[in-house]
Amino acid sequence: MAGAGTPPSDFKAALGEAAAAGGIALLLTLPLVGMRTLETSGGLVIHPHFADVALTVLLVFLGRLGLVLIEAGRGGAVLAAAAAMVAAGWLLPFPTEALRGIALAGGLVVALRAGLALRSRHSTLTQAERDRRMDRVGARLQDASRLIGPVAVLFALVLPFMPFANRGVIDLGCLLLTYIMLGWGLNIVVGLAGLLDLGYVAFYAVGAYAYALMATTFGLGFWVCLPLAGIFASLYGLMLGFPVLRLRGDYFAIVTLAFAEIVRIVLLNWTAVTNGPVGIAAIPRPSFFGIADFTNSPAEGHLAFHQLFGLTFAPVHRIIFLYYVILALALVVNFFTLRIRRLPLGRAWEALREDDIACTALGINRTNIKLAAFAIAGMFGGFAGAFFATRQGFISPESFTFIESAIILAVVVLGGMGSQVGVVIAALLVVGLPEAFRDLAQYRMLAFGVGMVLIMLWRPRGLLAHRDPTILLHLRKSARQQQAESEARG
Amino acid sequence: MSEGNAASPLLTVEHLTQRFGGLVAVSDVSFSARDREITAIIGPNGAGKTTLFNCLTGFYTPTVGRLTASHSGRTWLLERMEAHEIARQARVARTFQNVRLFGGMSVLENLIVAQHNKLMAASCFTLAGLFGLPSYRKAEAAAVERARYWLERVGLVDVADWQAGNLPYGAQRRLEIARAMCTEPRLLCLDEPAAGLNPRESADLSELLLFIRDHHAIGVLLIEHDMSVVMQISDHVVVLDYGRKISEGPSAQVRNDPAVIRAYLGEEEGA
Amino acid sequence: MEYFLQQLINGLTLGAIYGLIAIGYTMVYGIIGMINFAHGEIYMIGAFVSMISFLVLGAAGITWVPLAVAVVLVVAMLFTAVYGWTIERIAYRPLRGSTRLAPLISAIGMSIFLQNYVQLVQGARVKALPPVISDVIVLAQRADGFKVSISYLQIMIIVLTTALMIGFTQIILRTPLGRAQRACEQDMKMASLLGVDVDRTISLTFVMGAALAGVAGVMVTMYYGVIDFYIGFLAGIKAFTAAVLGGIGSLPGAMLGGLTIGLIEAFWSAYFSVEYKDVAAFAILVLVLIFRPTGLLGRPEIEKV
Repeated sequence: MAGAGTPPSDFKAALGEAAAAGGIALLLTLPLVGMRTLETSGGLVIHPHFADVALTVLLVFLGRLGLVLIEAGRGGAVLAAAAAMVAAGWLLPFPTEALRGIALAGGLVVALRAGLALRSRHSTLTQAERDRRMDRVGARLQDASRLIGPVAVLFALVLPFMPFANRGVIDLGCLLLTYIMLGWGLNIVVGLAGLLDLGYVAFYAVGAYAYALMATTFGLGFWVCLPLAGIFASLYGLMLGFPVLRLRGDYFAIVTLAFAEIVRIVLLNWTAVTNGPVGIAAIPRPSFFGIADFTNSPAEGHLAFHQLFGLTFAPVHRIIFLYYVILALALVVNFFTLRIRRLPLGRAWEALREDDIACTALGINRTNIKLAAFAIAGMFGGFAGAFFATRQGFISPESFTFIESAIILAVVVLGGMGSQVGVVIAALLVVGLPEAFRDLAQYRMLAFGVGMVLIMLWRPRGLLAHRDPTILLHLRKSARQQQAESEARG
Repeated sequence: MSEGNAASPLLTVEHLTQRFGGLVAVSDVSFSARDREITAIIGPNGAGKTTLFNCLTGFYTPTVGRLTASHSGRTWLLERMEAHEIARQARVARTFQNVRLFGGMSVLENLIVAQHNKLMAASCFTLAGLFGLPSYRKAEAAAVERARYWLERVGLVDVADWQAGNLPYGAQRRLEIARAMCTEPRLLCLDEPAAGLNPRESADLSELLLFIRDHHAIGVLLIEHDMSVVMQISDHVVVLDYGRKISEGPSAQVRNDPAVIRAYLGEEEGA
Repeated sequence: MEYFLQQLINGLTLGAIYGLIAIGYTMVYGIIGMINFAHGEIYMIGAFVSMISFLVLGAAGITWVPLAVAVVLVVAMLFTAVYGWTIERIAYRPLRGSTRLAPLISAIGMSIFLQNYVQLVQGARVKALPPVISDVIVLAQRADGFKVSISYLQIMIIVLTTALMIGFTQIILRTPLGRAQRACEQDMKMASLLGVDVDRTISLTFVMGAALAGVAGVMVTMYYGVIDFYIGFLAGIKAFTAAVLGGIGSLPGAMLGGLTIGLIEAFWSAYFSVEYKDVAAFAILVLVLIFRPTGLLGRPEIEKV
């Protein structure tokens, strides 16, 4: 819709379009933002917040106006105005932080587009151009990951001994690694096999409860229970898989979601076993491979970790140990995935994602390989769940809601389906960033939702969706050149 | 490769009928296809050719009828088998009218996936593969060699590491045939392989199909619109119209059959 | 018997509400083949808008109930329609023709955003509104004093739902918009070649679905009187179940599915256990998809090869 008309009518049209956007914004915010309901002793009353509405409408109006004017070829003026807006957002008082955020982010986006327009004469890249650029970034990153990968692992290994690594940092590391592990696990189902599982958290829950129950009722140790938890989650996957795997696409997604909710409701209501909403507390902590405990004063006949290694007792030892446990688990999942992609099973998964009918015509039993994907991903989810239970020492159905599944799925999809590096980067974005901005806790999930939508709009296949062939006929380098050639042609 | 027996047909179709609700797509069709022969199924649009293929390869369950494949001293009742069993046990491979490749995977990977069942067994259902045992590596090397052989046949060696989805259309068609051949079929079913090809590519295709018939000693079943291809290479032609078989025989005979001419030119109904 | 009758009435009321939400799912799925995951949030927003409107009307001194209810219905439909339109425009339209996963992920993101947006601006606490209509008609009385009653509100919900149902079916069957919708459902590309404004048709589908969800929101606010920002999630899944049960793409199917789910939930709670009533709904979803994926009134779909 590039404006080619004369400037004044151009401006008028732009004003009109911006006014329409402002009007929509008014309708969207008037009741919900403008009239806040407050609970008082006399019932609900309405507390007006019309200033917020007016400001939102103004911001939307200005933003839309800016975008329309950029398209009409007035990048320069808009750039200056947007920069002024960012400055105003920084300096002027705003009634709420959210509005300040909108002003800052909106100003930045408009300024960015204006800058882009001044350089290249379009304010946005077309989807295809954007995709190609990001593909190149993805490819480069994939190459770099051969170097970055070991460095990152090394960094993760020495992290607990870094000077800045206090308890909080190591805890954050554990959390991140848990999500990375879950992401890598779910990646098998979603990224490789192309089955949209909206209920991955159920595997996590089964693993966590399996460990918690076995440990508290039978007194089994973590290292015995870990494989068992994996097996239980895997069995759940098989049980779920038989009825569900015949379904296609969206139906499949919604049924996995339904199953996960059933699991949660059962955990919530089967009080005799799961203790209901109260949850299970006092879950035993892991020992040092059954050799020593992480306590100051070990029970009779037991050895303490600090005695074993002649250290002075510190509670952080256990945290560091847990950190290494999850790091090891996550790396196992990663190596497994990297390896299986080069095996017939992994290739069949990817083929299934590309075209399941063609798979069948080649004599591949769809059900079996889907079940395998479910069972294996479920096992990894179960491991992660057992780890979660032992790290927290307490679990309740609260921890296994749909939003957890959505977060894990976001880690997989936003990173770029099937990309192992993508999962790590997305986990840093999705889990790490909100943790780092704990003070803005109330905006976390809000930003999470917006982020999901925006990344999909910007790059529907995920940030780093790039796939290298798992086997080559020719030398690597020439293959890459050919790929570039083929993309230039395609 | 096989001790193909000209007397007993590779594939027998008896009284095949397929209904969708009230629509009868294929009605009481019987014919047979022999080993080491190219059998073509022709007919105007909507004659039920693709439906017939889908019944043969297990994607539809026929309403009525018997489909038998027999080779290597065994017999399979195809209408009772699932699609993947037909491909794997009865060794019937197929291509699709609108090419179905694994577009995001490389050309070579497409051909390796086609050898899934063999490799799966070689990798002891991934366990041996996971630990990189030499037996699996040998099997994989053999699979790559088979793939290379077919890539040479269809002239795609140079682009083996491209994404299959980035190939030009004609190459995608050839790759799909190569992929089907990598499953080592006894009967190769091709759904309009010449559709969208230019005359040169069509000629290459004819040559390829003759090569497959003569050097790999298998049966080829072909749905085709391109009469030049059909008449040139087919040993046997079956003509369908409105779901019914209206003619059958060697290509020269079918070409002059008044019923066929009527169906194609629509003399009496005046289409 | 009396107890059964009472549950029947309650179940029908609940089912009418689910049915109204289900229509939105079924229309959107029918036309663009995606699960509009944020649809449950539209219903939640409808509930909030209606609560706010009741409060405003109360403060303005409009207390004549029929007028108040009518105004609230119109207001809620208007605002939810705007939400439906905006969501489609921002989060789904740019992804049309993209991979199948992208719009679904976008919808999930939208759903999370809307929940947290309402939580942020309206607070996380449960909101309670005093009943607007509380009169009941006693239909029968058992010896031990158990009364079977139907409230005016329940009558209103059932009548209004029926009226909307009939109205919307007429729109789909008789108006040019309905014709355009059915055309897009069959073949979007062909429809656009024949001069149907596909974008506008899809937008209007979202608007209609959202307005109906808004009505459901008004009903639930009046019926239960308590709402919070999280009600959309469960209601959304149940309504989707209803749409699938009835046969996705079919309007009467959505209503039938809604009523079935409502009745099952009411009877399950009454005779088995309240705790597991959601399990019942989900179990039905799973069973229907496995044994009759086309639903009660849906047309069979042949796998294209």
